[in-house]
Amino acid sequence: MKRLLNILLKGIITENPLLMLMIGLCSALAVTSSVANGIGMGLAMTFVNVFAELVISLFRKAIPNDARIPIFIIVIAAFTTIVDLVMKAYFPELSKAMGVFIPLIVVNCIIMGRVEAFAYKQPPLDAIFDGIGMGIGYTWVLIGIAAVREVLGAGTLAGIQIMPEAFQPILFFTLPPGGFIVFALFISLNIWLNKAQNARAAAKEAA
Amino acid sequence: MNLGTIFLASLLVENVVLMRFLALCSYVGMTSSVGQSVGMGFAVTFVTVLATAATWPIYHFILVPLGLEFLQILVFILVIASLVQLVEFYLKKNVPGLYAAMGIYLPLITTNCAILAVTFDNITKNYNLIQSIVYAVGVSAGYLLAMVLLAGVRDRIKTSPVPKFLQGTPILFVATGLITVAFMGFAGMIK
Repeated sequence: MKRLLNILLKGIITENPLLMLMIGLCSALAVTSSVANGIGMGLAMTFVNVFAELVISLFRKAIPNDARIPIFIIVIAAFTTIVDLVMKAYFPELSKAMGVFIPLIVVNCIIMGRVEAFAYKQPPLDAIFDGIGMGIGYTWVLIGIAAVREVLGAGTLAGIQIMPEAFQPILFFTLPPGGFIVFALFISLNIWLNKAQNARAAAKEAA
Repeated sequence: MNLGTIFLASLLVENVVLMRFLALCSYVGMTSSVGQSVGMGFAVTFVTVLATAATWPIYHFILVPLGLEFLQILVFILVIASLVQLVEFYLKKNVPGLYAAMGIYLPLITTNCAILAVTFDNITKNYNLIQSIVYAVGVSAGYLLAMVLLAGVRDRIKTSPVPKFLQGTPILFVATGLITVAFMGFAGMIK
Protein backbone atom coordinates (compact mmCIF):
# COMPACT_ATOMS: atom_id res chain seq x y z
CA MET A 1 0.00 0.00 0.00
CA LYS A 2 2.80 2.37 0.98
CA ARG A 3 4.47 1.64 -2.34
CA LEU A 4 1.36 2.61 -4.29
CA LEU A 5 0.99 5.78 -2.24
CA ASN A 6 4.59 6.67 -3.04
CA ILE A 7 3.95 6.18 -6.75
CA LEU A 8 0.94 8.47 -6.43
CA LEU A 9 2.82 11.19 -4.54
CA LYS A 10 5.75 11.10 -6.94
CA GLY A 11 3.60 12.43 -9.78
CA ILE A 12 1.97 15.06 -7.61
CA ILE A 13 5.14 16.57 -6.13
CA THR A 14 8.65 15.21 -6.53
CA GLU A 15 8.38 14.32 -10.21
CA ASN A 16 5.67 16.78 -11.12
CA PRO A 17 5.56 16.62 -14.92
CA LEU A 18 5.09 20.35 -15.46
CA LEU A 19 7.24 21.95 -12.80
CA MET A 20 10.03 19.41 -12.46
CA LEU A 21 10.26 17.68 -15.82
CA MET A 22 8.98 20.62 -17.90
CA ILE A 23 7.03 18.50 -20.33
CA GLY A 24 3.46 18.88 -21.54
CA LEU A 25 3.76 22.64 -21.34
CA CYS A 26 1.72 23.65 -24.38
CA SER A 27 -1.72 22.74 -23.09
CA ALA A 28 -0.79 23.87 -19.58
CA LEU A 29 -0.24 27.44 -20.70
CA ALA A 30 -2.85 27.65 -23.41
CA VAL A 31 -5.96 26.67 -21.48
CA THR A 32 -5.20 28.31 -18.15
CA SER A 33 -6.84 31.68 -18.75
CA SER A 34 -9.74 30.42 -16.62
CA VAL A 35 -10.04 27.85 -13.82
CA ALA A 36 -12.92 26.02 -15.50
CA ASN A 37 -10.81 25.35 -18.59
CA GLY A 38 -7.90 24.24 -16.39
CA ILE A 39 -10.05 21.69 -14.59
CA GLY A 40 -11.56 20.43 -17.85
CA MET A 41 -8.17 20.00 -19.48
CA GLY A 42 -6.76 18.36 -16.35
CA LEU A 43 -9.55 15.81 -16.20
CA ALA A 44 -9.34 15.04 -19.92
CA MET A 45 -5.60 14.50 -19.75
CA THR A 46 -5.86 12.40 -16.56
CA PHE A 47 -8.47 10.15 -18.18
CA VAL A 48 -6.31 9.50 -21.23
CA ASN A 49 -3.19 9.03 -19.12
CA VAL A 50 -4.74 6.51 -16.70
CA PHE A 51 -6.35 4.39 -19.39
CA ALA A 52 -3.37 4.48 -21.75
CA GLU A 53 -1.07 3.41 -18.92
CA LEU A 54 -3.49 0.67 -17.87
CA VAL A 55 -3.86 -0.78 -21.35
CA ILE A 56 -0.15 -0.66 -22.12
CA SER A 57 0.66 -2.21 -18.77
CA LEU A 58 -1.84 -5.04 -19.32
CA PHE A 59 -0.35 -5.85 -22.71
CA ARG A 60 3.25 -5.02 -21.88
CA LYS A 61 4.43 -8.61 -22.41
CA ALA A 62 2.64 -8.90 -25.76
CA ILE A 63 3.97 -5.67 -27.26
CA PRO A 64 7.16 -6.27 -29.26
CA ASN A 65 9.93 -3.88 -28.32
CA ASP A 66 10.58 -2.67 -31.86
CA ALA A 67 6.97 -1.77 -32.58
CA ARG A 68 6.18 -0.23 -29.23
CA ILE A 69 6.14 3.46 -30.16
CA PRO A 70 3.48 3.14 -32.91
CA ILE A 71 1.42 0.92 -30.62
CA PHE A 72 1.62 3.49 -27.82
CA ILE A 73 0.54 6.18 -30.24
CA ILE A 74 -2.46 4.17 -31.42
CA VAL A 75 -3.61 3.43 -27.86
CA ILE A 76 -3.21 7.05 -26.78
CA ALA A 77 -4.95 8.28 -29.93
CA ALA A 78 -7.89 5.94 -29.30
CA PHE A 79 -8.48 7.32 -25.80
CA THR A 80 -7.96 10.89 -26.99
CA THR A 81 -10.63 10.34 -29.63
CA ILE A 82 -13.01 9.11 -26.92
CA VAL A 83 -12.39 12.21 -24.80
CA ASP A 84 -12.72 14.51 -27.80
CA LEU A 85 -16.06 13.04 -28.88
CA VAL A 86 -17.46 12.95 -25.33
CA MET A 87 -16.48 16.58 -24.73
CA LYS A 88 -18.01 17.65 -28.04
CA ALA A 89 -21.25 15.85 -27.21
CA TYR A 90 -21.75 16.75 -23.55
CA PHE A 91 -19.64 19.87 -22.91
CA PRO A 92 -19.72 21.70 -26.25
CA GLU A 93 -18.79 25.07 -24.71
CA LEU A 94 -15.78 23.72 -22.83
CA SER A 95 -14.74 21.80 -25.92
CA LYS A 96 -14.91 24.96 -28.01
CA ALA A 97 -12.95 26.97 -25.44
CA MET A 98 -10.11 24.46 -25.51
CA GLY A 99 -10.28 23.99 -29.25
CA VAL A 100 -7.39 22.12 -30.77
CA PHE A 101 -5.85 21.29 -27.40
CA ILE A 102 -8.16 18.35 -26.73
CA PRO A 103 -7.08 16.42 -29.86
CA LEU A 104 -3.52 17.49 -29.07
CA ILE A 105 -3.57 15.37 -25.91
CA VAL A 106 -2.39 12.65 -28.29
CA VAL A 107 1.05 14.28 -28.56
CA ASN A 108 1.20 15.33 -24.91
CA CYS A 109 4.73 14.34 -23.95
CA ILE A 110 3.67 13.49 -20.40
CA ILE A 111 1.50 10.59 -21.50
CA MET A 112 4.02 9.27 -24.02
CA GLY A 113 6.76 9.63 -21.42
CA ARG A 114 4.89 7.81 -18.65
CA VAL A 115 3.78 5.00 -20.95
CA GLU A 116 7.33 4.48 -22.20
CA ALA A 117 9.14 4.96 -18.90
CA PHE A 118 6.65 3.43 -16.48
CA ALA A 119 3.62 1.53 -17.76
CA TYR A 120 5.61 -0.55 -20.25
CA LYS A 121 7.65 -2.01 -17.38
CA GLN A 122 5.28 -2.13 -14.42
CA PRO A 123 2.19 -4.17 -13.42
CA PRO A 124 -1.29 -2.70 -14.08
CA LEU A 125 -2.09 -1.56 -10.53
CA ASP A 126 1.13 0.44 -10.27
CA ALA A 127 0.46 1.90 -13.70
CA ILE A 128 -3.01 3.09 -12.67
CA PHE A 129 -1.61 4.83 -9.60
CA ASP A 130 1.17 6.39 -11.62
CA GLY A 131 -1.42 7.60 -14.15
CA ILE A 132 -3.60 9.12 -11.43
CA GLY A 133 -0.61 10.70 -9.68
CA MET A 134 0.73 12.29 -12.86
CA GLY A 135 -2.80 13.39 -13.75
CA ILE A 136 -3.30 15.10 -10.38
CA GLY A 137 0.17 16.61 -10.58
CA TYR A 138 -0.69 18.07 -13.97
CA THR A 139 -4.16 19.20 -12.92
CA TRP A 140 -3.20 21.03 -9.73
CA VAL A 141 -0.53 23.04 -11.49
CA LEU A 142 -3.07 23.92 -14.19
CA ILE A 143 -5.61 25.01 -11.59
CA GLY A 144 -2.93 26.96 -9.72
CA ILE A 145 -1.80 28.88 -12.79
CA ALA A 146 -5.40 29.40 -13.90
CA ALA A 147 -6.43 30.70 -10.47
CA VAL A 148 -3.70 33.35 -10.46
CA ARG A 149 -4.46 34.39 -14.02
CA GLU A 150 -8.22 34.47 -13.59
CA VAL A 151 -8.25 36.34 -10.26
CA LEU A 152 -5.83 39.00 -11.47
CA GLY A 153 -6.98 39.13 -15.07
CA ALA A 154 -10.76 39.02 -14.63
CA GLY A 155 -11.39 39.38 -10.89
CA THR A 156 -13.23 36.07 -10.79
CA LEU A 157 -12.46 32.55 -9.60
CA ALA A 158 -14.12 29.72 -11.52
CA GLY A 159 -16.59 32.31 -12.85
CA ILE A 160 -17.54 33.77 -9.45
CA GLN A 161 -16.67 37.39 -8.73
CA ILE A 162 -14.29 37.45 -5.77
CA MET A 163 -12.39 40.69 -6.10
CA PRO A 164 -14.09 43.89 -4.81
CA GLU A 165 -16.10 45.97 -7.28
CA ALA A 166 -13.43 48.65 -7.43
CA PHE A 167 -10.81 46.16 -8.63
CA GLN A 168 -9.71 46.94 -12.14
CA PRO A 169 -8.94 43.60 -13.86
CA ILE A 170 -5.37 43.43 -15.15
CA LEU A 171 -6.13 42.15 -18.62
CA PHE A 172 -2.45 41.33 -19.12
CA PHE A 173 -2.78 38.13 -17.10
CA THR A 174 -5.45 36.54 -19.27
CA LEU A 175 -3.48 37.33 -22.43
CA PRO A 176 -0.65 35.07 -23.63
CA PRO A 177 2.26 37.07 -22.09
CA GLY A 178 0.64 36.80 -18.65
CA GLY A 179 0.58 33.02 -19.05
CA PHE A 180 4.32 32.87 -19.69
CA ILE A 181 5.19 35.11 -16.79
CA VAL A 182 2.89 33.43 -14.25
CA PHE A 183 4.35 30.09 -15.30
CA ALA A 184 7.88 31.45 -14.85
CA LEU A 185 6.97 32.45 -11.29
CA PHE A 186 5.54 29.00 -10.61
CA ILE A 187 8.78 27.31 -11.69
CA SER A 188 10.75 29.78 -9.65
CA LEU A 189 8.61 29.04 -6.58
CA ASN A 190 9.02 25.33 -7.13
CA ILE A 191 12.81 25.58 -7.45
CA TRP A 192 12.85 27.57 -4.20
CA LEU A 193 10.67 25.02 -2.39
CA ASN A 194 12.92 22.19 -3.54
CA LYS A 195 16.03 24.03 -2.45
CA ALA A 196 14.51 24.69 0.96
CA GLN A 197 13.60 21.04 1.29
CA ASN A 198 17.04 19.83 0.21
CA ALA A 199 18.65 22.21 2.67
CA ARG A 200 16.44 20.84 5.44
CA ALA A 201 17.31 17.27 4.49
CA ALA A 202 21.01 18.11 4.40
CA ALA A 203 20.79 19.79 7.82
CA LYS A 204 19.05 16.72 9.21
CA GLU A 205 21.78 14.46 7.84
CA ALA A 206 24.52 16.61 9.31
CA ALA A 207 22.89 16.62 12.73
CA MET B 1 -9.44 34.59 -47.38
CA ASN B 2 -6.57 35.54 -49.63
CA LEU B 3 -3.24 33.80 -49.35
CA GLY B 4 -1.24 36.83 -48.18
CA THR B 5 -3.61 37.35 -45.27
CA ILE B 6 -3.40 33.71 -44.27
CA PHE B 7 0.38 33.83 -44.37
CA LEU B 8 0.78 37.03 -42.35
CA ALA B 9 -1.88 36.06 -39.83
CA SER B 10 -0.25 32.71 -39.12
CA LEU B 11 3.27 34.17 -39.09
CA LEU B 12 2.73 37.17 -36.82
CA VAL B 13 -0.76 37.73 -35.45
CA GLU B 14 -1.37 34.16 -34.36
CA ASN B 15 2.26 33.18 -33.93
CA VAL B 16 2.22 29.50 -33.17
CA VAL B 17 4.60 29.59 -30.22
CA LEU B 18 4.00 33.00 -28.74
CA MET B 19 0.26 33.44 -29.15
CA ARG B 20 -0.99 29.88 -29.25
CA PHE B 21 1.45 28.18 -26.88
CA LEU B 22 2.19 25.32 -29.25
CA ALA B 23 5.48 23.45 -29.55
CA LEU B 24 6.78 24.80 -26.26
CA CYS B 25 8.84 21.70 -25.46
CA SER B 26 11.13 22.15 -28.43
CA TYR B 27 10.97 25.91 -27.97
CA VAL B 28 12.61 25.58 -24.56
CA GLY B 29 14.72 22.55 -25.40
CA MET B 30 16.19 23.43 -28.79
CA THR B 31 17.09 27.10 -28.46
CA SER B 32 20.41 26.96 -26.63
CA SER B 33 22.15 28.25 -29.77
CA VAL B 34 20.97 30.17 -32.80
CA GLY B 35 22.32 27.50 -35.19
CA GLN B 36 20.42 24.77 -33.45
CA SER B 37 17.18 26.74 -33.46
CA VAL B 38 17.51 27.44 -37.19
CA GLY B 39 18.09 23.74 -37.90
CA MET B 40 15.06 22.74 -35.87
CA GLY B 41 12.99 25.49 -37.49
CA PHE B 42 13.75 24.30 -41.00
CA ALA B 43 13.19 20.65 -40.11
CA VAL B 44 9.77 21.55 -38.70
CA THR B 45 8.92 23.66 -41.76
CA PHE B 46 9.78 20.79 -44.05
CA VAL B 47 7.72 18.22 -42.16
CA THR B 48 4.76 20.55 -41.59
CA VAL B 49 4.39 21.26 -45.28
CA LEU B 50 4.75 17.57 -46.15
CA ALA B 51 2.27 16.58 -43.44
CA THR B 52 -0.23 19.11 -44.72
CA ALA B 53 0.16 17.89 -48.28
CA ALA B 54 -0.44 14.34 -47.06
CA THR B 55 -3.23 14.74 -44.51
CA TRP B 56 -5.44 17.16 -46.42
CA PRO B 57 -6.09 14.76 -49.34
CA ILE B 58 -6.42 11.82 -46.95
CA TYR B 59 -9.12 13.63 -44.99
CA HIS B 60 -11.07 14.95 -47.96
CA PHE B 61 -10.71 12.02 -50.35
CA ILE B 62 -10.69 9.04 -47.98
CA LEU B 63 -12.11 9.84 -44.55
CA VAL B 64 -15.00 12.07 -45.62
CA PRO B 65 -16.38 9.83 -48.43
CA LEU B 66 -16.23 6.84 -46.09
CA GLY B 67 -17.80 8.74 -43.18
CA LEU B 68 -14.78 8.08 -40.99
CA GLU B 69 -14.11 11.62 -39.80
CA PHE B 70 -13.96 10.44 -36.20
CA LEU B 71 -10.72 8.61 -36.97
CA GLN B 72 -9.06 11.94 -37.76
CA ILE B 73 -6.82 12.08 -34.69
CA LEU B 74 -5.60 8.51 -35.08
CA VAL B 75 -5.01 8.72 -38.83
CA PHE B 76 -3.26 12.10 -38.72
CA ILE B 77 -0.80 11.19 -36.00
CA LEU B 78 0.05 7.92 -37.74
CA VAL B 79 0.54 9.67 -41.07
CA ILE B 80 2.86 12.21 -39.48
CA ALA B 81 4.81 9.57 -37.57
CA SER B 82 5.36 7.42 -40.64
CA LEU B 83 6.15 10.44 -42.78
CA VAL B 84 8.89 11.51 -40.39
CA GLN B 85 10.25 8.00 -40.45
CA LEU B 86 10.26 7.90 -44.26
CA VAL B 87 11.93 11.29 -44.54
CA GLU B 88 14.58 10.11 -42.12
CA PHE B 89 15.31 6.97 -44.15
CA TYR B 90 15.34 8.89 -47.41
CA LEU B 91 17.68 11.61 -46.17
CA LYS B 92 20.02 9.12 -44.53
CA LYS B 93 20.40 7.19 -47.75
CA ASN B 94 20.29 9.88 -50.42
CA VAL B 95 21.14 13.25 -48.92
CA PRO B 96 23.60 12.50 -46.12
CA GLY B 97 24.67 16.15 -45.89
CA LEU B 98 21.17 17.33 -45.10
CA TYR B 99 20.64 14.35 -42.84
CA ALA B 100 23.67 15.26 -40.79
CA ALA B 101 22.28 18.76 -40.37
CA MET B 102 18.65 17.88 -39.79
CA GLY B 103 18.67 14.24 -38.73
CA ILE B 104 18.93 14.70 -35.01
CA TYR B 105 15.83 16.89 -34.97
CA LEU B 106 13.61 14.54 -36.94
CA PRO B 107 12.68 12.03 -34.23
CA LEU B 108 11.66 14.94 -31.99
CA ILE B 109 9.29 16.23 -34.60
CA THR B 110 6.72 13.45 -34.41
CA THR B 111 5.57 14.74 -31.04
CA ASN B 112 5.81 18.39 -32.01
CA CYS B 113 2.27 19.54 -31.41
CA ALA B 114 2.51 22.46 -33.83
CA ILE B 115 2.53 20.10 -36.80
CA LEU B 116 -0.49 18.13 -35.67
CA ALA B 117 -2.28 21.37 -34.81
CA VAL B 118 -1.68 22.72 -38.32
CA THR B 119 -3.20 19.62 -39.92
CA PHE B 120 -6.26 19.91 -37.65
CA ASP B 121 -6.58 23.65 -38.30
CA ASN B 122 -6.60 23.10 -42.05
CA ILE B 123 -9.70 20.97 -41.63
CA THR B 124 -11.54 23.12 -39.07
CA LYS B 125 -10.83 26.31 -40.99
CA ASN B 126 -12.10 24.79 -44.23
CA TYR B 127 -9.02 25.70 -46.20
CA ASN B 128 -8.50 24.29 -49.67
CA LEU B 129 -5.21 22.55 -50.47
CA ILE B 130 -3.38 25.69 -51.62
CA GLN B 131 -4.54 27.71 -48.62
CA SER B 132 -3.55 24.84 -46.34
CA ILE B 133 -0.03 24.76 -47.72
CA VAL B 134 0.35 28.52 -47.40
CA TYR B 135 -0.96 28.27 -43.84
CA ALA B 136 1.55 25.50 -43.09
CA VAL B 137 4.42 27.60 -44.42
CA GLY B 138 3.23 30.61 -42.45
CA VAL B 139 2.90 28.74 -39.18
CA SER B 140 6.30 27.09 -39.49
CA ALA B 141 7.92 30.38 -40.49
CA GLY B 142 6.38 31.80 -37.31
CA TYR B 143 7.87 28.92 -35.37
CA LEU B 144 11.29 29.52 -36.90
CA LEU B 145 11.03 33.22 -36.09
CA ALA B 146 10.10 32.60 -32.46
CA MET B 147 12.88 30.02 -32.08
CA VAL B 148 15.55 32.32 -33.48
CA LEU B 149 14.32 35.25 -31.36
CA LEU B 150 14.52 33.22 -28.15
CA ALA B 151 17.90 31.72 -29.09
CA GLY B 152 19.21 35.25 -29.60
CA VAL B 153 17.80 36.42 -26.29
CA ARG B 154 19.31 33.40 -24.53
CA ASP B 155 22.74 34.36 -25.83
CA ARG B 156 22.33 37.74 -24.19
CA ILE B 157 20.94 36.29 -20.96
CA LYS B 158 24.16 34.30 -20.49
CA THR B 159 26.07 37.53 -19.85
CA SER B 160 23.32 39.45 -18.09
CA PRO B 161 22.77 39.86 -14.35
CA VAL B 162 19.57 37.86 -13.89
CA PRO B 163 17.76 38.26 -10.55
CA LYS B 164 18.61 35.26 -8.44
CA PHE B 165 15.08 33.89 -8.13
CA LEU B 166 14.64 33.85 -11.91
CA GLN B 167 17.91 32.16 -12.84
CA GLY B 168 17.66 29.09 -15.03
CA THR B 169 14.38 28.24 -16.72
CA PRO B 170 12.14 30.92 -15.18
CA ILE B 171 13.98 33.75 -16.97
CA LEU B 172 13.34 32.01 -20.30
CA PHE B 173 9.62 32.22 -19.74
CA VAL B 174 9.81 35.81 -18.56
CA ALA B 175 11.79 36.66 -21.71
CA THR B 176 9.22 34.81 -23.81
CA GLY B 177 6.48 36.76 -22.09
CA LEU B 178 8.19 40.00 -23.08
CA ILE B 179 8.69 38.88 -26.69
CA THR B 180 4.99 38.03 -26.69
CA VAL B 181 4.12 41.53 -25.50
CA ALA B 182 5.96 42.83 -28.56
CA PHE B 183 4.06 40.45 -30.81
CA MET B 184 0.75 41.67 -29.41
CA GLY B 185 1.44 44.85 -31.32
CA PHE B 186 0.58 42.93 -34.48
CA ALA B 187 -2.90 42.12 -33.16
CA GLY B 188 -4.75 44.85 -35.03
CA MET B 189 -2.85 44.33 -38.26
CA ILE B 190 -5.30 41.91 -39.86
CA LYS B 191 -9.05 42.18 -39.51
